[in-house]
Amino acid sequence: MSILSSRSASSRFVWPEWATLPLVGGGVVILAWIIIGLTIPWWTPYDPTNLAGMRFQPPGAEHWLGTDALGRDVLTRTLYGVRHSFPIAVFVIGCAVVIGCTLGAIAGYVGGWLDSVIMRFVDITLSFPPILLAMAVTASLGPGLGNAAIAMVIVWWPIYARLMRAQVLSVRSREHVEAAVASGASRSRVLIKHILPLCWSPIIVNATMDFGQVVLLAASLSFIGLGAVPPTPEWGQMISEGAIQFYRWWIALGPGLAILSVVLASNFLGDGLRDYLDPRAS
Amino acid sequence: MSAPLLAIRDLTVSFATRRGGHAFQAVSGVDLTVQSGEVHGVVGESGSGKSVTMLAVMQLLSQSATIAGSIMLDGQELTALSDRQMRKIRGARIGYIFQDPMTALNPLLTVGEQIAEAVRIHRGDVGHKHAVARAIDLLRLVAIPNPEKRANQYPHEFSGGMRQRAVIAMAMANEPDLLIADEPTTALDVTIQAQIMELLDQLRREKNIGIVLVTHDLGVVAGVAKSLSIMYAGRVVERGLVDDVFAAPHHPYTKGLLESLPQMDERVERLSAIAGAPPPISARPSGCPFHPRCPYVIERCRSERPVLRPVGPIDVACHRAEIVAADKGTLQDA
Repeated sequence: MSILSSRSASSRFVWPEWATLPLVGGGVVILAWIIIGLTIPWWTPYDPTNLAGMRFQPPGAEHWLGTDALGRDVLTRTLYGVRHSFPIAVFVIGCAVVIGCTLGAIAGYVGGWLDSVIMRFVDITLSFPPILLAMAVTASLGPGLGNAAIAMVIVWWPIYARLMRAQVLSVRSREHVEAAVASGASRSRVLIKHILPLCWSPIIVNATMDFGQVVLLAASLSFIGLGAVPPTPEWGQMISEGAIQFYRWWIALGPGLAILSVVLASNFLGDGLRDYLDPRAS
Repeated sequence: MSAPLLAIRDLTVSFATRRGGHAFQAVSGVDLTVQSGEVHGVVGESGSGKSVTMLAVMQLLSQSATIAGSIMLDGQELTALSDRQMRKIRGARIGYIFQDPMTALNPLLTVGEQIAEAVRIHRGDVGHKHAVARAIDLLRLVAIPNPEKRANQYPHEFSGGMRQRAVIAMAMANEPDLLIADEPTTALDVTIQAQIMELLDQLRREKNIGIVLVTHDLGVVAGVAKSLSIMYAGRVVERGLVDDVFAAPHHPYTKGLLESLPQMDERVERLSAIAGAPPPISARPSGCPFHPRCPYVIERCRSERPVLRPVGPIDVACHRAEIVAADKGTLQDA
């Protein structure tokens, strides 16, 4: 017994300190989805938009997650779905971070009436339920994944503006910033070199966590017919096709599990990053 | 005597409260003169206006502050300068040392990079390599051992005393004429305090710079300053050469401060403290601001504010300065 335990202790792989379970687990899932998205055309036996077999086949050896109303392979379509969800999420988060952080940093650093104008704009946008605002914007622009993405940027940037402004305000009052001003640095130099580099960690954490939320919202918009249009293998769109086939549960199962895995993984990854980036955590 | 390096005349700084209500005077009619090559101590409790005075010199006060009076650096009026012109003064002609070296350095830049940046702000023609070389020279100047290695380290790898040396090196980056040290030793251990003061004094001797030493510790001033100003409730209450003031304080507040210091040559059962607390900025008393705490108080002190007047070698703002100076007893006996 003692020999066994001492052997296993000495030969066991030791995790580096930063590699916590949420960080690694969330990262592996997200990475797996990225790899699937990049390589899928080379290894899947079926086409996502063409007939793969009989209609409404339950899960089996041939079709692991069954086939849908047009006889397309559900698993193949689910895996292809990542090629729509991930680029949209990256685009939405990227634009929201760039727009929100720029305006938030200006509001926090310049202050005065500019701050008031920007932040009132933020307040107004945030006072709408996000899904409702996204629906309204998409409906007015016309259905489609591109318009849905634009709508989601409009919904999302104020969160980052608020976050960035709070960060800038707290870092701005630190003594090293005053010291930089006292050594003759210009306002823009102080902002870029001495304030912004200390503001990023909550932005990174929030962006990671929001990744899953954007995937979910994009699927929701497609589900109600405002996002992807058939025959695009998009997760929300696929679930809505499955929803009308109530007793053929497998049609919605694949995309549902896919969304679940992405939202969970991005939450875990964000949580792990927060612990890793927080200097107060031991 | 040559023209003074820094001459503050009748400086008044007031802060407007929100919505244009009352304006409170943090500093009222302060005169201060600093010569090249000497250390001038500015002593006072928290809230006496000493830091506000120095931030006014740097024009680093918030926008709610109004500055009246004159601040001359080497014959140049600083209050008339635009922000752009003032940037050329900050860090180049006046170096500023902050109180807490733990927070005065950017945690994300190496110490060498930060000092090099301070050089390059004012000398755009200096390349990055030369600026870093200059930073290493500056770290050597402030007696940081192994400066080549230390320049590549981050602030968290420095001890408190070493960080304050690095901050001083940054303030010295462009060979300023004037160094303002705002409580440079308050956050440090006593043994380190002496080293930092010795370093400042050495820089003064070698570079012939003027130093304003802001502190609430008379003991620190006694060691290095030649002259000093005592501030109370936004005003200078006593001013003179350190030796004269320490030999015979003319203002009861100064007297109280000196008595609160431990003496090596006397046996005292209990250190004395000045009763009461400094008045808040919103409720400064009428007449002499010190009168509610003063044992020498007479009726005149309550109604008429004393102005600075020469008494012997010292300038003092007290109606009863002669009596205070002559009194050999302690403040509590009076």
